Amino acid sequence: MMNAECGMRKAERRAQGAGRGARVASCSSFIIHHSSFVLLVLTLGAPALAAESTRVPKPVIEAGQGKKCVENTEFMRRNHMELLKHQRDETMHKGIRTRNHSLNGCIECHASRKNNSVVGSDQNFCQSCHSYVAAKLDCFECHSSKPKPQAQKQADMAQRPAGQGAK
Amino acid sequence: MNGPEHTPDPPETISRRQFIGWGAAAVAGIAIAPGVTLFDLAHGRPAGQAASNKTRWGMLIDTNQCSAGCNDCVTACSTENHLSGGRKETDSQWIRKIELKDLRNGKTHSLPMMCQHCEHPPCVDVCPTGASFKRADGIVLVDRHICIGCRYCMMACPYKARSFVHEDVTGQNPDVPRGKGCVESCTLCVHRIDRDQKPACVEACAAAGHNAIIFGDLNDPRSEISKRIATYATTQVRADLALNTAVRYQGI
Repeated sequence: MMNAECGMRKAERRAQGAGRGARVASCSSFIIHHSSFVLLVLTLGAPALAAESTRVPKPVIEAGQGKKCVENTEFMRRNHMELLKHQRDETMHKGIRTRNHSLNGCIECHASRKNNSVVGSDQNFCQSCHSYVAAKLDCFECHSSKPKPQAQKQADMAQRPAGQGAK
Repeated sequence: MNGPEHTPDPPETISRRQFIGWGAAAVAGIAIAPGVTLFDLAHGRPAGQAASNKTRWGMLIDTNQCSAGCNDCVTACSTENHLSGGRKETDSQWIRKIELKDLRNGKTHSLPMMCQHCEHPPCVDVCPTGASFKRADGIVLVDRHICIGCRYCMMACPYKARSFVHEDVTGQNPDVPRGKGCVESCTLCVHRIDRDQKPACVEACAAAGHNAIIFGDLNDPRSEISKRIATYATTQVRADLALNTAVRYQGI
């Protein structure tokens, strides 16, 4: 962490210095600058920045089955884990089963059109970004990574009394 | 007690609970349009509302109706919750059939045994992480996000109701997440209850024509289960432990 912070400060100085025409040429500082740049990319949302850079490979995310997310994309990139964790406790302990921020709700829209899953290939929605930033994804050790079969969904809705539809 | 000091039965009084019940029924009767009421007392809560301690879910199992050869409740449980249904020591078992025999007269009983959803659950008492907990409506559950798989609850349970998941699980029911390294047990099909459906075993028993398992709200005096418990002698298994189980048996 020390190195990273130091690197970031150096990067700032470099940016200021570059304005005045200064050049940093040593090999070691290049490595520090390089790592700080990667860190910045990771911190600020990989896909957004990666799209602007040609040097960094981009995660390839294939289109899911849904049309529009329940929140805007920028908010979701930074906060989806908080929403999921909050909803998880609400569902587990209080039995609140609204769909908007539930993992099942996410999977229903984001499951791939090819393999009907959010994990399994590096192009699948969850795995594409998580493998790109090397953040461990262990939801699917217990949770199903595929949406409910259509027949099961219809059976659930048919048995649910009027006015009980999940939001 | 035949003497003159014999006192007559007290006159029938209206209990506070009953009075409130009538009031609520009257309010629910206010109709916006024919067939559309403001409140619906008969059905469960909406998806966005938390479970409440006004309800206590329970089961009454009539062992006279339960058929010795029938395993439908166990099969239905395995299908619903994606259990292997196997009988190895490492296979999870949320519900099992038990045969009881009175050795003096040979009378046999068959009954399903599962998590009894105690009011004072020993599994919750011993859990070191708080993963084992009782929901407001009386359902005893394991929060797998917190469970560390120590299996202390399995030792504490007098009903042998809990299982440990020993192997990786794939192809789960999206409503019932399960995975290696956690303890699990009957959830009373909590995902179905939240949708206002009955547990899978209850439906399977009714579909087989036995109707040996009655599911309902123990706190609601108008529910069928409450009426049955008020009418017939029912038993809590290991009642001596004073755990006040939500699963009761009739005929043993």
